[in-house]
Amino acid sequence: MNILDAIISQYIDPYYLRIMILIGINIILALGINLITGVTGQLTMGHAGFMSIGAYTSAILSMQFGFSYVLALLAGAVMAALFGIIIGIPTLRLDGDYLAMVTIGAAEIIRVFFLNFEPGGKAVGLAGIPQHTTFMTVWVVALIVILFNARLLNSRIGRAFYAIRENEIAAAASAIDTTRMKILAFMVGAFLGGLGGGLYAHYMYYINPQDFGFMKSIELLNMVVLGGMGSIPGTILGACILTLAPELLRIVAEYRLLFYGALLVILMIFRPNGLLGDVRIYDLRKRWGKKEVESCQS
Amino acid sequence: MPVLSLENISQEFGGLRALDAVNIDVAELAIFGIIGPNGAGKTTLFNIITGFYVPTEGSLIFQGRNVNGVATHSIARLGIARTFQNIRLFNKLSVLDNVRIGCHGVSKCGFFSSLLGLPAMLREEKQIKEEAVRLLALVGLYEKRQEYAENLAYGEQRKLEIARALALKPSLLLLDEPAAGMNTGEKAELMDLIREIRQDMKITILLVEHDMNLVMNICERIAVLDYGRKIAEGSPFEIKSDERVIQSYLGAGA
Repeated sequence: MNILDAIISQYIDPYYLRIMILIGINIILALGINLITGVTGQLTMGHAGFMSIGAYTSAILSMQFGFSYVLALLAGAVMAALFGIIIGIPTLRLDGDYLAMVTIGAAEIIRVFFLNFEPGGKAVGLAGIPQHTTFMTVWVVALIVILFNARLLNSRIGRAFYAIRENEIAAAASAIDTTRMKILAFMVGAFLGGLGGGLYAHYMYYINPQDFGFMKSIELLNMVVLGGMGSIPGTILGACILTLAPELLRIVAEYRLLFYGALLVILMIFRPNGLLGDVRIYDLRKRWGKKEVESCQS
Repeated sequence: MPVLSLENISQEFGGLRALDAVNIDVAELAIFGIIGPNGAGKTTLFNIITGFYVPTEGSLIFQGRNVNGVATHSIARLGIARTFQNIRLFNKLSVLDNVRIGCHGVSKCGFFSSLLGLPAMLREEKQIKEEAVRLLALVGLYEKRQEYAENLAYGEQRKLEIARALALKPSLLLLDEPAAGMNTGEKAELMDLIREIRQDMKITILLVEHDMNLVMNICERIAVLDYGRKIAEGSPFEIKSDERVIQSYLGAGA
């Protein structure tokens, strides 16, 4: 992988390389939200909180305890998953707007915690994290995540997630333990959040609690909504577009954010279900002439 | 021994007594009907049997086991499946997937084997699909298996709910107004289907229905609810001639 990275950095401009790495990280993060919100239908607006837990945990472990890169990433993701379980518990009683409020609140608590967290450098942030994350590592991880996501969503467990989104009462009557499934969705989504956070920390050298604020959560949620809730190809497309958009809009200089907002509004008017929200792999397969279709999900 | 016994079941919502000391025994392999005017407590009774409500008083015995307060998904796993009066399908999923989700309770592959695609999981997926296809063929929806559930006609949606309930391999099937919105031809088909389910799949059937023709035709035993009380129980013939039933529900012309 090191050799490949060396070759890639020879031929690709560092600026483009950076954007591609960020796209990879955002795909991992957005797929986590997609699992919780797009597939299972539990609105979460605090994904940056999971991301910061993964980022800080892995950064501190690799800086101060000499953990290897892979181990630090996994530990960060597992830590985030544990918090995912804790935050998943209110979903047993809440849904929709109320759940969104809880997740916003939880993410704020996590942010304020890191603002006052001595080993994390408090408000100054944490600098000098080893830069292990490269183009190859990000994209290898991203491809594994995409593959596992697709597997999961086309399995019995994935169908149970979709069933909860579609009709929770009917799901319970079909012997689905909705409580366990919702917590599982939160756990896996938070795991991906922590994983993305760890990759991010080991790419940026420097992290700061303000990197993981409410706007970051919204930006990530936007990727899923724009791409198409519950759709893996949609989420990937959404992550690509919303990572690229601010860069491409540099041509309009100070009106950048204005155009960014307008782009979102226009896309939502013309594709209210997201860009690929009503395009299923199933439709594509039909177009490619495969007769027997296994599933219409993802 | 009855498959299902309701013993002195009462249900209160705030000050409202929706069910008042109802006793019903459903014999094995019966087709049992529950009728009564709107608001009599029929659907409440179904919600109690399937664990959505815990009855205020009384006990619920299924196959000799007290299932009071058992969670809905566990009751489903024990073998009670149901359909809903106001159809509850997984609208944005395919017809096939709706039935495959119904198989959830009789399959068992967990998170990690799904993630890794282990051979056991792939084998189970194959079985689930075969079962779903078989059930769709039974209710006559095989051709529509790739449609979104929400795009089906009303009567077809009701049939899909039955297929999804059967996927659970239940020993007791609750049908909440299965014939609502069906035309005469579809109703006749439905009656055949219900008899077939009982005969071939050995499933006891409990149904709530307003269509008297259907109820009197296929039910062997009928209970009548009115204002939360059971006012009569018996064969269709007995019910038709029962004074109180005529007064409160059937009307003088029946």
